[in-house]
Amino acid sequence: MTWRSPLALVRDALRGQRAREKDLRNLVSNLPYEGLEKRKQPNRYFPGNAIKTTKYTLLFFIPMNLFEQFHRLANIYFVGLAILNFVPVVNAFEPEIALIPICVIMCLTALKDAWEDFRRYQSDRKLNNTPCFIYSRKAKKFIERRWKDVRVGDFVKVICNEIVPADLLLLHTSDPNGVCHIETSNLDGETNLKQRRVMSGVCISDPDFEPESFNSLVVCEKPNNNLNHFKVLCVSIKCKDHMDSPKREKPDKEKVGAGIESLLLRGCTVRNTDHAVGFVVYAGHETKSMLNNNGPRYKRSKLERKLNKDVIFCVILLFFMCLNGALGHFLWLQALPTVPPYLVPDSNGHLDSPGLSSFYMFFTMIILLQVLIPISLYVSIELVKIGQIFFITNDIDLYDEATDSRIQCKALNITEDLGQIEYIFSDKTGTLTENKMVFRRCSIMGTEYPHKENAVRLAVLEESEAEENVLFNKRPQPVKPRWSLDTEDTNFEDRQHQHGSHRKSKVAGNAQSNVAFSSPLVNGFSHSLQSNNPMDPLSNMPKKSGYFSNIFTSWQRKPNRNRTISEDSVVEGDIFNLPEIMEEPGDINGLRRCSLYAPTNSDKPATTSDNLSYEAESPDEAALVYAAKAYGFTLLARTPDSVTVRLPSGEDLVFEVLDTLTFDSFRKRMSILVRDPITKKYVLYTKGADYAIMELLGTPYAENLRGIQKKIAADTQHHLDCYAKDGLRTLCFTKKVVSDKEYKSWFVNRQRALAAIENREQLVMDTAVQLETNLCLLGATGIEDRLQESVPDTIMALREAGIQVWVLTGDKLETAVNIGYACRLLEDEDLVINMSCKNKLTCTSIVDCALQEVRRYNEDPRNVDTTPDISLVIDGLTLNMALSSDLQDRFVELAKHCRSVLCCRVTPLQKSSVVKVVREKLKVMTLAVGDGANDVNMIQAADIGIGISGQEGMQAVMASDFAISRFKHLKKLLLVHGHWCYTRLANMIIYFFYKNVAYVNLLFWYQFFCGFSGTTMIDYWLMIFFNLFFTSAPPIMFGIMDRDISAEILLGVPELYRTGQGEGEYKFSTFWVNMLDAFYQSLACFFIPYLAYQGSDIDIFSFGTPLNTISLFTILLHLSIEIKAWTAVHLIIIGGSVVLYFVVTLAYSAVCVTCNPPSNPYWILPRQMADPMFYLLCLITTVVALLPRYTFHVLRNSIAPSPLVQAKHLDQLDPSTRSEYIKEWRSFRGGGQVKSSRLSTPPSPTLETPVGMYPQSPTVSDIMGDEFTLNVISENYQRHLHL
Amino acid sequence: MVKEEQELANRPDNTAFTQQRLPAWQPMLSAGIVIPGFVIIGLAFIGIGVALFVTSHSIQVLELDYTGVENTEPCYRCSDPSSKNCVCTLEFSIDSLFEGPVFFYYGLTNYFQNYRKYGASRDDNQLSGDLDYFKSPGNDCAPYQYNSNNKPIVPCGAIANSMFNDTFKLYQIIRGSKKLVPFDGKGIAWWTDYNIKYRNPSVTPLKNAFNDTVKPLFWSKPAYELDPTDPANNGFINQDFLVWMRRAALPDFRKLYRRITEGDYAKGLPAGNYSLEIAYNYPVMSFDGRKKVVLSNVSWMGGKNEFLGIAYLVIGSLCVVMSIVMLIVYAKFKFPEED
Repeated sequence: MTWRSPLALVRDALRGQRAREKDLRNLVSNLPYEGLEKRKQPNRYFPGNAIKTTKYTLLFFIPMNLFEQFHRLANIYFVGLAILNFVPVVNAFEPEIALIPICVIMCLTALKDAWEDFRRYQSDRKLNNTPCFIYSRKAKKFIERRWKDVRVGDFVKVICNEIVPADLLLLHTSDPNGVCHIETSNLDGETNLKQRRVMSGVCISDPDFEPESFNSLVVCEKPNNNLNHFKVLCVSIKCKDHMDSPKREKPDKEKVGAGIESLLLRGCTVRNTDHAVGFVVYAGHETKSMLNNNGPRYKRSKLERKLNKDVIFCVILLFFMCLNGALGHFLWLQALPTVPPYLVPDSNGHLDSPGLSSFYMFFTMIILLQVLIPISLYVSIELVKIGQIFFITNDIDLYDEATDSRIQCKALNITEDLGQIEYIFSDKTGTLTENKMVFRRCSIMGTEYPHKENAVRLAVLEESEAEENVLFNKRPQPVKPRWSLDTEDTNFEDRQHQHGSHRKSKVAGNAQSNVAFSSPLVNGFSHSLQSNNPMDPLSNMPKKSGYFSNIFTSWQRKPNRNRTISEDSVVEGDIFNLPEIMEEPGDINGLRRCSLYAPTNSDKPATTSDNLSYEAESPDEAALVYAAKAYGFTLLARTPDSVTVRLPSGEDLVFEVLDTLTFDSFRKRMSILVRDPITKKYVLYTKGADYAIMELLGTPYAENLRGIQKKIAADTQHHLDCYAKDGLRTLCFTKKVVSDKEYKSWFVNRQRALAAIENREQLVMDTAVQLETNLCLLGATGIEDRLQESVPDTIMALREAGIQVWVLTGDKLETAVNIGYACRLLEDEDLVINMSCKNKLTCTSIVDCALQEVRRYNEDPRNVDTTPDISLVIDGLTLNMALSSDLQDRFVELAKHCRSVLCCRVTPLQKSSVVKVVREKLKVMTLAVGDGANDVNMIQAADIGIGISGQEGMQAVMASDFAISRFKHLKKLLLVHGHWCYTRLANMIIYFFYKNVAYVNLLFWYQFFCGFSGTTMIDYWLMIFFNLFFTSAPPIMFGIMDRDISAEILLGVPELYRTGQGEGEYKFSTFWVNMLDAFYQSLACFFIPYLAYQGSDIDIFSFGTPLNTISLFTILLHLSIEIKAWTAVHLIIIGGSVVLYFVVTLAYSAVCVTCNPPSNPYWILPRQMADPMFYLLCLITTVVALLPRYTFHVLRNSIAPSPLVQAKHLDQLDPSTRSEYIKEWRSFRGGGQVKSSRLSTPPSPTLETPVGMYPQSPTVSDIMGDEFTLNVISENYQRHLHL
Repeated sequence: MVKEEQELANRPDNTAFTQQRLPAWQPMLSAGIVIPGFVIIGLAFIGIGVALFVTSHSIQVLELDYTGVENTEPCYRCSDPSSKNCVCTLEFSIDSLFEGPVFFYYGLTNYFQNYRKYGASRDDNQLSGDLDYFKSPGNDCAPYQYNSNNKPIVPCGAIANSMFNDTFKLYQIIRGSKKLVPFDGKGIAWWTDYNIKYRNPSVTPLKNAFNDTVKPLFWSKPAYELDPTDPANNGFINQDFLVWMRRAALPDFRKLYRRITEGDYAKGLPAGNYSLEIAYNYPVMSFDGRKKVVLSNVSWMGGKNEFLGIAYLVIGSLCVVMSIVMLIVYAKFKFPEED
């Protein structure tokens, strides 16, 4: 190390600081500088790749941990008291003894922290020492180093199945196309592969990559935590090699931009690629995965907030008690005529003035009565929560066998909030539904093809074919029912047989095959798609990837194919699943869209199609590809630049993909630009939400078709509405032929946009919008997303539990409403308010009117029994207006009256703002549940966020407090565990306050008889033990294990959940009632022995011992009254506490001859226990202390039993009579809540039910006719489904 | 099979404990169920209460205040703090036999032996006979640690210093002549105090252990001469000292002085006139205290205590009343399923 002037060091440090802070970073290769000392390295300012996630270092553990712990106010308080105890004039105990409790507690906490930190250290060390390959100029090859040696500017080679050590800009892969695939499951849990492309236009020498030839300047943005976004610009200084960018020919260009598609993220696994070489842009803590690693979340539960308020009351109480002590001491001193022999002067023989000594006495009292502020409460609460979480995670009912996953509790300290939820905000797709897409029906050129009713509709089919002929009379029908029997299908069929899921007749060449063929469709499909990244096209997921489908148009003579590109990739699949098939014989070929797909073996694209398994970023896309395949249009290969499709005829068509206009939530559509291999025309296929597409329909190329187009659009729209009513997810497909000239000019814009660093997204999107005009409608698809198991049941139960359920979805209104009915969110009897308006004014008036109506209705006493439940359906646009600051209050007021609210077409941001508004305005406990990235905002905004680990990856789960695998688990989680956790913890906390007050007040009362001098009549050690050992385990056990009502009853009578909502059991009054009881009990515990021993020769500690014992019995028996269910554990712990008390106290008083002056306990308890008076006192005092509480409980339970008590009665009946009673009781309780007819025949959980299943469902049009109609405005709702 | 198990590695154990299905007893606190409990407790308490009440009633107590506040009282002249070695005599009579064994207590009121600093002002090590602490008593003893000449005080501390030093002699007056009632001073302190907790240094004669120490300021005799009649009753194991050192819990207390268990009086004090000769030394006027002498006999429950018996009777009756109330409540509000 050469010497450098301090000035240079400072300058260097400042420069480094600036370099790190800059918005754009300039990076160059390290290779030319290899071997130079550190200060000559160009990238020295950027952190290395070693990571350190530990909080502490070995050396500084103690100070740092203490510092951490003293962030807790309680700890400061107690240490302050302990220090106060060292001040001689005010001390109440031996100073060292006063330190014990706080030391014990802080040591425990420190041990826990140290252990956690050690585990972090171990995992860091393991990661940092993982081997990886870094290019070395000296060795001229990649040499093995460790992760921690990786620096920004290095070239790192990653072999297949290895983990990427840092964020790499992909420069080279073994794949000739320059792609590689990564699996990001370490990062976000998504197991599908994502495609990454080599940054094009940067010097690359194929096939061997020469890192030394890389001499570009890499300009990238400042590190951020957005996993789906990255901007980089490569400036070639001089490019020695020829440019290897086949399509984007711009070898002369000096600047090349790239995005996330060229970035390999740290923590991902490389797949399907032999090796990949990348340039390190971010290392260590600046990598995106580390920036995303925020550690555990800390939330403060509602109960804890209340608890803190009560602690404040305890402080006030303490203050007054101490004041009382000080004042009492003053008056006592004043009343003394002269100095009595028992008043001890200080060592100088001089007495403090009464004023001064009472001032000191105030602090002595604080020390004496400090237990009033429950020192061990916080620790106990943490222990209780650990126990509660243990039980929650171990609940077998919350375990999902399919995924072998338990519920995960990520937030450790809000279990009790689960019992107080008043509003649930739920996502729809993937949360209420399976997010497993099944292709159901489609509309092509205005004709509807429901393939489920295939067989039934064979005849109809003929007609429609005829119709089509008329329609597209240019083309002869492409024939044949026999298409399905193409030779290549043979294997396919065999496989299907194996799966047993469907059967296909092999009779060739006749119509029967059609019939037979259709049957498998009905049976469903086994999806092997496992974890796709589903995207609801309407749900505004920002990271959509493209896809596309195309519709075959008959006049083209061959099916067209469309495809989309996406950066996603392909995956190898083992088995192929059943596709669905449209009944249409070849002339319409299904839409297919392939977002990504790849044949199993990328090397051999020619492998038979039946082994294909597709991986799509969105399950809709996969469903479409499978559907297309079932009709014979098999997607064989998908590379970044081309799509290969095998036609039913066996011919393979290769489409050149020119560009993909990826999905974004603003456009709500995506497009792919391909070149038709036959016509050589540029064709743009667009897929998207109907409303996003319909307005872009333009004049088609042939004038004379205009009328037909119109009709097609109208018919398609009609079909779309039907689909939506049926709960299907709809997509529209269009095509557009782009002229060469148009394409060229557009392409220039496009490239410019792609290369932009600033504002790139906007520019890219603008170019997309630019091209997507004048589309020609091809058709639409309807894809079913089945409801998850038990969803209606769960929603019913939650609603009966007094929870308002809101569903926030990106789907269209009709789809959402139908799902709403299907999952019993909406009921037939409900009054549905539909809000959908285009401008603020209407919106305001609607809200006002509805509000008035609702209020009037609610206030009218005649309506008590007949009031229908009100539901609100609102769309995103209207919601925006309703949430504007002036309307917000009224809207929330209205929503408060609604039993359920359905918001459709909402963006992720709206989701979270809805949650925030409701939470803040109504001051209610909210829970948000969702499964996708679009729910993350909402999950974080709610008091409790629940992630469903499903098809959409883990973003939601990572942001959540609890992660479950099925929506139905919510029922038990809230109704049972929530209720239990809440009642347990609430009761435990109340008990804790009571316990401390009851005990410490004994000391307080004694002050009245010892001149307020701070004397204790109980040995200090025993006092400390009393709180620390004798009475601490029972409340903790109580908080973990008490079970007021069995799970069966809680699930059977969801109304019981209401007891926890709002104020719940932990009311302000409850607190004070318990405080009063504590005062009463301490009075009894003190004054009965006092009166019994009055005037006798009892000595101080002989007097204190029965008090201590009585206190123990009273406190434990008090708990016994509160315990609702006694198990062996309860008995052992409570019995154990009593035994422990006697054993410890006896041993202590037998051993301690001269210890612990002046409170020498020697032989006191044994002597007391030899005195019958001791037992008589214990008996009567305990009875007197507990009699009021016991009597109160008994009388309340008998005269006005709370629902919980009634339920407890039910619990004790045998199961059959119990269910009888539940039924009776519930119907008695109240009518409207349970619709018995519904109960008896729960609707099918899926949408398999025929379309007519809810004929009387009040669609909006019905509502409009309703006498309670509330300003319903709807555009699309008048149409009915005609089948 | 193995594979299956692996696949379900996360499956929680299906045990009664983890699934919170442990067999549980769920007591229902309702009127119907608790009636028997109330009745039983009520009756039991009434029984105990009667026993306690009867026992307590059979105990005889005689209290004689000898503070001498009023000038009519015999000890009035002694109550002046300036008078030294004042002796006064209190006459009283007993109507019927005061059954033995009779316990003779002295009592103080408004005396806060439980005052915190007072209680701490002692040195247990010294009191357990550790000679090191004779030379340098613990700081807790301050200001009764060293005298003005800086000599250690043994026994040090405020408690020892303030030891009660009135002495009593009880005479029965039989036809004008006084007959001394013999007092038994043995075993009035706790056995453990006398034998284990407090110890004299193992130095003979005991006096030598106290070389270079001074007696507490308030004391008239050094610790090793507290009882000239019995060498085993001197030093720290003097019974009166032990009794005094066991601090009273409450400001109004009595402490055992002697027992009357010997001679003619083993059966008790016969009816008649008695004269109590008091060596009046202890000042109580400084804190408005009162001094008294208490004669009492004891039962299994200790001294006379009406309170506990009455409390048991009251609570017992209350329980019985409650059970009747519960019965009414039960009749009116019983649960349907209790039919």
